[in-house]
Amino acid sequence: MKPRRSPSLIFTRVLCPALACMSAMTCVAQGPQATPSILAPASTSAHQIYALSQFVLMITGGIFAAVGGLLVFVIIKFHARDDDAEHEPPQIYGSTQVELAWSVIPILIVVVLFLTTARIIFAIQDAPEPADALDVIVIGHQFWWEFRYPKLGIVTANELHVPVDRATYLRLLSADVDHSFWVPQLAGKTDLIPDHPNETWIQPLHTGLYLGQCAQFCGVEHAKMLLRVYVDSPQQFAAWVKNEQQSGVQDSTVAAGRHVFDTEACANCHRIAGTAATGSFGPDLTHLASRATIASGVLANTPQNLHDWIQDPNSLKPGVLMPAMQLNESQIDELVAYLDTLH
Amino acid sequence: MGVQTLPIDAALDVTTPRRSPSQLLEWLHGWVVTVDHKQLGLMYMLYAIVFLLVGGAEAIAIRIQLAFPNNLFLSPEVYNEMFTMHGTTMVFLVGMMYIFAFGNYLVPLMIGARDMAFPRLNAFSFWMSAFGGLLLYYSFIGGFGLYGMGGAPDVTWWAYAPLTAKAFSPGHATDYWALALIVMGFGTLGSAINIIATTLCLRCRGMTLLHMPLFVWLMFVTSGLILIVITPLTAAQIMLLIDRYLGGHFFDTQAGGSATIWMHFFWIFGHPEVYVLVLPAFGFASEIIPVFSRKAIFGYPAMVAASVGIAFVSLGVWAHHMFTIGMTSVGNAFFALSTMLVGIPTGIKIFNWLATLWGGKIRFATPMLFCIAFLFQFLIAGLTGIMLAVAPWDWQLHNSYFVIAHFHYVLVGAIVFNIFAAVYYWYPKVTGRMLSETLGKWHFWLFLIGFHVTFDTMHFVGFLGMPRSIYTYMPDRGWNTLNLIISLGGFVQGIAVLIFAWNLIYSWFRGKEAGNDPWDAWTLEWSVPSPPPPYNFATDPVVYSRRPLWDIKHPDDPDWKYEA
Repeated sequence: MKPRRSPSLIFTRVLCPALACMSAMTCVAQGPQATPSILAPASTSAHQIYALSQFVLMITGGIFAAVGGLLVFVIIKFHARDDDAEHEPPQIYGSTQVELAWSVIPILIVVVLFLTTARIIFAIQDAPEPADALDVIVIGHQFWWEFRYPKLGIVTANELHVPVDRATYLRLLSADVDHSFWVPQLAGKTDLIPDHPNETWIQPLHTGLYLGQCAQFCGVEHAKMLLRVYVDSPQQFAAWVKNEQQSGVQDSTVAAGRHVFDTEACANCHRIAGTAATGSFGPDLTHLASRATIASGVLANTPQNLHDWIQDPNSLKPGVLMPAMQLNESQIDELVAYLDTLH
Repeated sequence: MGVQTLPIDAALDVTTPRRSPSQLLEWLHGWVVTVDHKQLGLMYMLYAIVFLLVGGAEAIAIRIQLAFPNNLFLSPEVYNEMFTMHGTTMVFLVGMMYIFAFGNYLVPLMIGARDMAFPRLNAFSFWMSAFGGLLLYYSFIGGFGLYGMGGAPDVTWWAYAPLTAKAFSPGHATDYWALALIVMGFGTLGSAINIIATTLCLRCRGMTLLHMPLFVWLMFVTSGLILIVITPLTAAQIMLLIDRYLGGHFFDTQAGGSATIWMHFFWIFGHPEVYVLVLPAFGFASEIIPVFSRKAIFGYPAMVAASVGIAFVSLGVWAHHMFTIGMTSVGNAFFALSTMLVGIPTGIKIFNWLATLWGGKIRFATPMLFCIAFLFQFLIAGLTGIMLAVAPWDWQLHNSYFVIAHFHYVLVGAIVFNIFAAVYYWYPKVTGRMLSETLGKWHFWLFLIGFHVTFDTMHFVGFLGMPRSIYTYMPDRGWNTLNLIISLGGFVQGIAVLIFAWNLIYSWFRGKEAGNDPWDAWTLEWSVPSPPPPYNFATDPVVYSRRPLWDIKHPDDPDWKYEA
């Protein structure tokens, strides 16, 4: 007999997500967890915005209760009754006193809201850059992210590493069309616009993984331009920097794969530091194996996924600019083996 | 007497009345060459309803795709075409057309005129708009893009540069989009000029500006706004085409052009456009709510002043669509303030509608049901608008589903609900028959439920960080259940709209006879037969107040004794 779906299963499948939403709404969600929710702030500016949003929600909620309640009252109280159908109600054309009085209320609300808003705009946008801030250049590409750490000499892609409790200043550039950098737990979004350099900053309060994605339509694969930010402890971050500053690992057991990489078209678009591959059109692969995902956060970085990706990127991310390289099976296997050594 | 050499008699009309097949042709020909404001109004309406169904079908396709994570119902290319076409269709082919449908049909009737000021310009404008729409949809066949999937525009309805450049949007899809908007823009400008001229020049005796029905006032303000805002849109489209075909660099960032200048051009049109669409809807509410409350509108002068005020303020708020592009903090603060200011005249309007209901004898016929729902939803839309005006919060909410929820609350919750109200209210005047109240109630309740299931939920999925314009999403993001709920609500709305369409057809043949004045209303259009005869009024009416029919029905207690 086919077992009936148990209540607990329904609970986990249906109610839990709903409850999770509700609890997120009421800000029960605490501490770092991988979610793109704006209701679980984990950085200085995200907290400032969150506090402001609660204040605004309180005021608008009050207006909603008052005016909505009035509307409900009016339609219940003044609906037409059958026993008195032929008489028209008294006609009232207006009242200057009443109208002036209720015009003052929205004006006062606007004054309060504006002053609060302006304070937070200036606090976040004009915050002075601390001397120890980390500088990162973020470059948006159709449909992936390039991260450059100019003072550290690091170039990487799609997975941003920043230290906890320290400000990171992001200079936002675009190589092609408009994109938008949005990791809701860490900061509001700022657009990456070609020939229009922008800047934003994040100061994460907890270590962990934070999810985001491109928030400005940028073409066919806009939906799969995902973004991962790893907030590291100072030690983890130092270790990560040290590793990233190395050239690509040269393991002689995978020389065949490296040969494929250098002699087929791979090297035209991708860079592996310390080799002849110096392309800059696609993501830097020097430390590909140290990343958790490929294809801008779309796929887990496993040998099988890498294999399928190289064979036909379009079947996994239709519209991606990387072409299928027409390699044979053994070439792909060699290549995957090589890429897997690039820690 | 001279000899008559020319067969003058024969020169007039020698054709004998024709028989069946060609009668149909003549009937069609009559519609094609008509310059009658009522026929043109009806054609605008038919056009808007057909495209409402088309745009709705596109929305359903979008919701099927998003019902589940990593769904494969639509390819990314087709999805991007669908949401671009949905937005463009609903704004330009439904929104703009419904304005002129009601404006053309009702403005002359309401001010006691026999037609619009420029009947031929009127026809020209309609056909320009109609061909613009055809041009947009022809792109499915003619705009073959790079992907071989047909070539409808796929650059979003705000079409940010430089994604629209030849390098990123090859093929002709974007050209069809730009050209269609230019062509429709000329039609829109023509109609706006016409409504302004009609309102200023053709009012009957006694119809001073402050005796005009509020709907006429709002059409007048809307038309003025259209004259201001369609112009930058058209200019931007021409600049875009120059970039694409004549080597221009307005938006070519590789050659020193500016991506942000497109945003300014687009939103100086795009934001007032929302008010262009919503002001006539306010006009419907301001006609329907008094009649079904059995009271005069409360604070008429304040309502007029608030409408004009909204139009003016709306011209200074466009950059609240651009809080994330890296404006200065002062710029952000300015546009936060100007946007919040819109809340003041809008709040006054809501208070006045409530005061009109207060002390009335409210009859809940279908038009009134839609208007009550409008009041409730417009209140929420206004409040979420305030939230989005709070620039730092907008850095989070911008381009998320919260924004989608907000503007659908305005465009559907306020505007479409009021369009439905207006159709139920004026259908008897146009056809001589009532729409079925039973089907109307089904339509109302299903649409109301579907609307709230869909768009209330969208706010929350926006809070959870779901961005707009994405054809799919990963299953681990916490958006799965909410998206399924949103899609289910979409289907309920779809069913409700089909009931509405059926009601329109069914009642055309089987509806109850309406008579001249089924709602016991007060404006001039209800004084003429339903449907109104050609040229509307046999003799020019004379009015003494804002509610001429009230004066006639209550000679002992006329309005003109009391109106300020």
